[in-house]
Amino acid sequence: MAEPVLTIEHLTKKYDGQHVLSDVSLQVHKGEVIVIVGPSGSGKSTLLRCINALEEIQSGEIRLGDRQISAGAKDLPEIRQKIGMVFQSYELFPHLTVMNNILLAPTKAQHRAKEEVKTEAMTLLTRVGLADKADSYPRQLSGGQKQRAAIVRALCMHPEILLFDEVTAALDPEMVREVLEVILQLADQKKTMLIVTHEMQFARAVADRIILLDEGKIQDDTTPEEFFEHPKTDLARRFLQSFEYARTNRTIPQ
Amino acid sequence: MDWEYVEKILPLYGKAAVLTVRIGVLGIFFAILVGLLCSVVRQMKIPVLKQLASVYIELSRNTPLLVQLFFIYYGLPKIGIRTDPETCGVAGLAFLGGSYMAEAFRSGLEAVGRIQHESALSLGLTGLQTFRYVILPQAFAISFPGITANVIFLLKETSVFSAISLMDLMFTAKDQIGLYYKTTECLALLVVFYLVILLPVSLLGSLIERRLRHAEFGT
Repeated sequence: MAEPVLTIEHLTKKYDGQHVLSDVSLQVHKGEVIVIVGPSGSGKSTLLRCINALEEIQSGEIRLGDRQISAGAKDLPEIRQKIGMVFQSYELFPHLTVMNNILLAPTKAQHRAKEEVKTEAMTLLTRVGLADKADSYPRQLSGGQKQRAAIVRALCMHPEILLFDEVTAALDPEMVREVLEVILQLADQKKTMLIVTHEMQFARAVADRIILLDEGKIQDDTTPEEFFEHPKTDLARRFLQSFEYARTNRTIPQ
Repeated sequence: MDWEYVEKILPLYGKAAVLTVRIGVLGIFFAILVGLLCSVVRQMKIPVLKQLASVYIELSRNTPLLVQLFFIYYGLPKIGIRTDPETCGVAGLAFLGGSYMAEAFRSGLEAVGRIQHESALSLGLTGLQTFRYVILPQAFAISFPGITANVIFLLKETSVFSAISLMDLMFTAKDQIGLYYKTTECLALLVVFYLVILLPVSLLGSLIERRLRHAEFGT
């Protein structure tokens, strides 16, 4: 198999001596969509943040291609340009229009021509249904629109891998679908993605591989069919049941 | 009201007003620079400089401008630094105003969430670019009402300059009262002149504030 886009080897992350991630190893290949699931507090978001060097790691190694990612490194901004990150809370820049949000990093960090990026941005905005919002400010958009704009902003950097950190967790239920559909589109285009989500149906639909994280360790790494139909570990079964329970509980008469 | 007298001293007040505004504008310009520098140093937690900035801010905020001016005006020549009263006035205003501006900027910088930083960094912007294009514009918009308030406050504080024999508005008023005892005329004129200087600042401040904050907060 070809050289992986992203390699994580024996990653350990501690907060105040507490292990948040311990001995996590993972390879992501080109075009692969990996969904990371697990109970809250299991370290999913921390793992994504480590990949972007937003968190310092205590031991282990993270590489994009053959370049090591480390917090203090000089070439960190350059590497980060190749890693797209979409946050739960959108994090569009509120003082800039949608278009200027998108243009900022490609023009300032990648020094690309404004007109070229603008054309690309318009194409992408149109594709996610935001063509008429290019000149709006973030406050004028709904949560779902903001998140789609944030995805376009990440895409315009031409990243080698996209990280999605619970991107629908802050959205009203009726807006979840519009964002997830954009991500499904990206999967069809063979983008390499690492997705943290609590949307199990979506996970099943989009993933090539499912990773179950619990207490900072990878507990399961398998195909979605295996994971959802024949969960091997107790932990996976209990985790899936926790979603089932929520559903059946509602039908219990008082 | 002795209108004839008022007419006679109008040019004097005019000259004094020009001096007040000149020192005020220069002093405030440097105050903003000092303030920005201090708040950035503190925000970025640069060792030593950070502590120095804190010491300066507490010293400057908690002592009266008059005392600061005396130190600059009478103290500096003792260690061999000779300056004219006008430079002292500018320096004094910058020294006092720097801390006020620093605090105004700090409130803005702290109001911009850490995750906005992270969002900009994760796009591959450098720390400096993040500050310049993402953090500072937002912080400035948030700080702006405080900055306007400081500008007005500092312009009024220039009235202390009479103590170091700068012929500003207050000096002129006191001088005239001493000479002719036309207290009502002199004080009324003083009020009018301060209003003429400060009201436009106040109005302009609100105008700029509305434009700056349009993006984030709407009109």
